[in-house]
Amino acid sequence: MSSSIVNLVYLFAGVLFILGIKGLTKPSTAVRGNMLSAIGMLVAVVITLLNSEVVNFTYIIAGVLFGGAVGAFMALRIQMTSMPQMVALLNGFGGGASLTIASAEYFSVLNIEAQSFSDLLAPVALDANAFGLGAEGQVTLVSIGLTILIGAVTLTGSLVAFAKLQGLIKKNFGLPGGPVGNALLFIGALAALVCIVINPSQAVTVLALVALALLLGLFLVLPIGGADMPVVIALLNSYSGLAAALAGFILGNTVLIVAGSLVGTSGLILTKIMCVAMNRSLGNVLFGKMAATGEVVDADEIYAGKVTSAQPDEVAMMLEVAKRVVIVPGYGMAMAQAQHAVRELADSIESRGIEVEYGIHPVAGRMPGHMNVLLAEAEVPYDKLVEMDRINPTFEETDVVIVIGANDVTNPMAREAEGSPIYGMPILNVDKAKNVVVIKRSLSPGFAGLPNPLFAMDHTLMVYGDGKKAVVEMTTALNQS
Amino acid sequence: MEILILLLALFVLSLFLGVELITKVPPTLHTPLMSGTNAVSGITLVGALLAAGSETSPMLVNVLGFLAVTFATINVIGGYLVTNRMLSMFKRK
Repeated sequence: MSSSIVNLVYLFAGVLFILGIKGLTKPSTAVRGNMLSAIGMLVAVVITLLNSEVVNFTYIIAGVLFGGAVGAFMALRIQMTSMPQMVALLNGFGGGASLTIASAEYFSVLNIEAQSFSDLLAPVALDANAFGLGAEGQVTLVSIGLTILIGAVTLTGSLVAFAKLQGLIKKNFGLPGGPVGNALLFIGALAALVCIVINPSQAVTVLALVALALLLGLFLVLPIGGADMPVVIALLNSYSGLAAALAGFILGNTVLIVAGSLVGTSGLILTKIMCVAMNRSLGNVLFGKMAATGEVVDADEIYAGKVTSAQPDEVAMMLEVAKRVVIVPGYGMAMAQAQHAVRELADSIESRGIEVEYGIHPVAGRMPGHMNVLLAEAEVPYDKLVEMDRINPTFEETDVVIVIGANDVTNPMAREAEGSPIYGMPILNVDKAKNVVVIKRSLSPGFAGLPNPLFAMDHTLMVYGDGKKAVVEMTTALNQS
Repeated sequence: MEILILLLALFVLSLFLGVELITKVPPTLHTPLMSGTNAVSGITLVGALLAAGSETSPMLVNVLGFLAVTFATINVIGGYLVTNRMLSMFKRK
């Protein structure tokens, strides 16, 4: 088959990817968009298989069967609360694919029949133009090096992110020297990359690059804590796209470049949205700690004698006479698997003719859009999920706000306490509502480690206990009254 | 070298297109957007097929190709299926 036909089909696949992402701009067209994108993928794969360069199907069939089974199993069995873990793993595999493709491309030019590891380390005699004539060869080598670097960082970084989200790694720790250790790893990787470009015949430099980049990914993500994971996942998503686009430069493949750069920008934009929603720079999330400036706020001083607690049936009585209720979910709702219980409570409230909406903070949960997916799973219509900027002006006319499993994103210190670590972070202004109900296990601080003056306000009631249980009890009490 | 410039042009223009497209995706669809773009980045499968399927290459290349095919297929199948599963839950009242 002529390469022009193959490239025309790749162009067609690229158009389908673009239409697919365009479909994702509206919930009503999103399913169809995803289908279009999948068809684009199928077309690109089929035309590649028909390509005369592909002759040996043993490894392909084995890989497709194995990978397909793993992918389908994960996709169909994963719980919606575990979606951040799933996306983290998918990012990692994307990085792994780019890493292995770039390495395969390098070793196919080297063309060594390695019988043992030491065979790999021996330098080979290589034609000066083995990777392409002059500058073209250098560009190919730079692309191979960068793809390996970004692909490997994405692979191990995502695996660490997965382990943290899954609760397999609980501690946050980094290299001694923190960012300095990471900087040394990065400089080492860049040095290996330069060596590869200057003298590509030494396979040992490629192996060194792979090792340094894998370590770098590990130590970049190990120090980062749970609530910052939305940023990390979005950034790794961007890396996996970037690595794919770079692999496109190695192979001279247009569809890889188009698809890879779309994914790269998508991840970057999400990263930026997440950083803005936390009022922190990317550098601060990756390398910094939450600034511990300003006077230390004493939790006891804020809470002492001012916190009012309530039982679920008291909340039910309050809900009965309300006209408008807003539910604010956070990661705690996911932890308690309370999304279905919350929807049942909302149904019960609505059956009394009371308006119910959900206020969603951009960084609620562990990844962008986490709360929306959970509530969609519980069959909450998506037009009831209202984003921060649109819900904030409505709190003053809201009779009851129910905060379930959210803390820092409702902390009024972000608005008022200049010098506080979270000062300037956009929050949901739930304290402006007439009554606030906070469902929480205890008064323990959120990720920022700060007390929340909201809990001590006169119009705030604390309902202590398991989120799901408390919500179910409220629903029961409301239905009985 | 001209081909390289063309590829670079394609890359830069795609970045701009990406910004235009993605900024229009509403926050409620950000999780499906991530898993969906993950599936798209499984397009590396195309490169993986070329590496795994070439007859003349040494064994090492085929093995790396096999790994690449496996990783990329997980991305493609897992990504599209899970995105579809999530999106079909988003309903208007």
